[in-house]
Amino acid sequence: MKPMVEPLDYLRRGWMRLWLGVVFLFLYAPLLALVAFSFNDSKRNIVWKGFTLKYYQKAWENSGLVEAFGNSLAIAFVATVVSVVLGGMAALLLWRFRFPAKSVLSGLFGLPIVVPEICMGVAMLTFFVKIGWPADLPWPLNLGAVTMAHISFCFPFVAIVVGARLVSFNPEMEEAARDLGASDWDVLRDILVPHMKPALIAGALLAFTLSLDDFVITFFTSGPNTVTFPVKVYSMVRFALTPAVNAASTVLMAITILLTVLALRAQRGLQSSAQAH
Amino acid sequence: MTQPIIQPIIQIESVTKRFGPVLAVDDATLAILPGEFFALLGPSGCGKTTLLRMIAGFEAPTEGRILIDGQDMSRVPPNKRPINMVFQSYAVFPHMSVLDNVSYGLKMAGVAAAERRDRAERALEQVKLAGFGTRTPDQLSGGQRQRVALARALVNQPKVLLLDEPLSALDAKLREAMRFELAQLQDDVGITFVMVTHDQDEALAMACRAAVMNRGLLAQTGTPAELYEFPANRFVADFLGSVNLFEGRLAVDEPHRAVVESAQAGCPIYLDHGVTGATGATVWAAVRPEKIELHKRADERPPAIEDVPSGYNVARGTIRTVSYLGSESIYLVTLETGHEVRVTRPNLTRWDQEDFTWDEPVWLAWHHESVIVLQA
Repeated sequence: MKPMVEPLDYLRRGWMRLWLGVVFLFLYAPLLALVAFSFNDSKRNIVWKGFTLKYYQKAWENSGLVEAFGNSLAIAFVATVVSVVLGGMAALLLWRFRFPAKSVLSGLFGLPIVVPEICMGVAMLTFFVKIGWPADLPWPLNLGAVTMAHISFCFPFVAIVVGARLVSFNPEMEEAARDLGASDWDVLRDILVPHMKPALIAGALLAFTLSLDDFVITFFTSGPNTVTFPVKVYSMVRFALTPAVNAASTVLMAITILLTVLALRAQRGLQSSAQAH
Repeated sequence: MTQPIIQPIIQIESVTKRFGPVLAVDDATLAILPGEFFALLGPSGCGKTTLLRMIAGFEAPTEGRILIDGQDMSRVPPNKRPINMVFQSYAVFPHMSVLDNVSYGLKMAGVAAAERRDRAERALEQVKLAGFGTRTPDQLSGGQRQRVALARALVNQPKVLLLDEPLSALDAKLREAMRFELAQLQDDVGITFVMVTHDQDEALAMACRAAVMNRGLLAQTGTPAELYEFPANRFVADFLGSVNLFEGRLAVDEPHRAVVESAQAGCPIYLDHGVTGATGATVWAAVRPEKIELHKRADERPPAIEDVPSGYNVARGTIRTVSYLGSESIYLVTLETGHEVRVTRPNLTRWDQEDFTWDEPVWLAWHHESVIVLQA
């Protein structure tokens, strides 16, 4: 007799397993191929010739690629810090206060998330050209335009994550602190920010990965001297799909996965501390 | 004779609070004396919590004044009032240790770190949580968190401690134990406690005095015994404990005699004092269930009641339901008039519960001192 399949035991049904396998294959096979071929000792990514790390070295020796990588990290860092501050404040504003046209403002904050990236890119390009943003500033000031563009689409994500966290805040906590003699600032520092902390961390990691990965908006706002890593990879691929691109992409992927894991951990801390009270 | 004048610690003077069109508190005037354990009692939505939050400073009165220790505090923010509060959810800060929680108020007041620690540890001892200082709130039970909230408030030596439904989140056994403990603690620290509760047992058991609120109005203020034995109106009589109300007409109202004629009771109801009401007016004679006697109705001779003329305060009925609660039994009796009366009877011996049973014809009788006439 076949063992009973419980109603929720989806993974014990054959067709479900097959479906799951196909999904994973489509999602991850290309990525695994990319990683595998970054170690392939061959100029062409067609047949496996043997293991090598030389394309990692080649990528490292490509000064344009390394510079782009540095640019990306600098932009992502600044954009993250500013986005966390702005996004946290936006979330607090929408959660704490009552004011006219609040829903309009809330919608405006979400706009950069819904507007197609290509439109955002074109709009940013037009804007920076129109105001005559200088293109020849010394590093890192020349990254200003790209950084501002990144902030504008990163901070709404932070605001959403932090806003979701604030919903679980018990207003009696704030009242208790006030009752014990805390001023508004004391409440923010001692009670609200500690409550928001897991969301601020998760939002920061989200902003960092979004900024690091972004291509479309960056493509429109970066100049010849302010190329970021994804834009650089794109331009390299236009000439040839070399294993060095694979190697560099693998490094970026590793960074992104690492940050995602950290973000998930922060989220888990967020849930367990929410359950505690 | 001159009465010593005690300055009330809290004076609520004609306070009204509106939330938009909703009238939450309606012209409340109340004085709470130093060292009292005072309870604000009422059903949910009666305005008791709003009144407490106005004392704490989380809401400002729409009209009227609130004086604390003689000073008008109506517009003073909560962090500048000599008052601390224990919140319904306890609101213990989850990211701070127990000791940091308790010393938070002292830190805000600028007390030096060493003294803060000392005083916080003493406050924890006071609530029987000595040695719990390094724990975090998620390692505590609900009862322990409540003690932390208590210590956190008491450590600041406030003039008044406010408690918002302090026992509602605890399970029944712990709740009863905490009643005694809170009353004992209040006695030890000598601080005025003001408690909000919807639980009449809690208010009766702990409070020196209580104010009963209904729909934003203060219905009556008094000691628990005054509220129970001398309710001012039907709402108070019904809210505290249970009561049998006989609607009727005030037939006689003389200095030493009053009679209420009630079609619901089926017998005239006699009192040995006047009630200063308009003769002929609609009144309600209220009799508590434990103050009514059950008698067997083997023959049709009504039982005699001391000091009550015969024919008064006796009604014929049939037991409809018996509810045996161990220490006492509740009998629901349907009178011949169709009116239903609740009678409780203590089970003083192990066989008492067998005295009366379902469908048994009985006489109900009550003494004239058990009756109170309500005019509203």
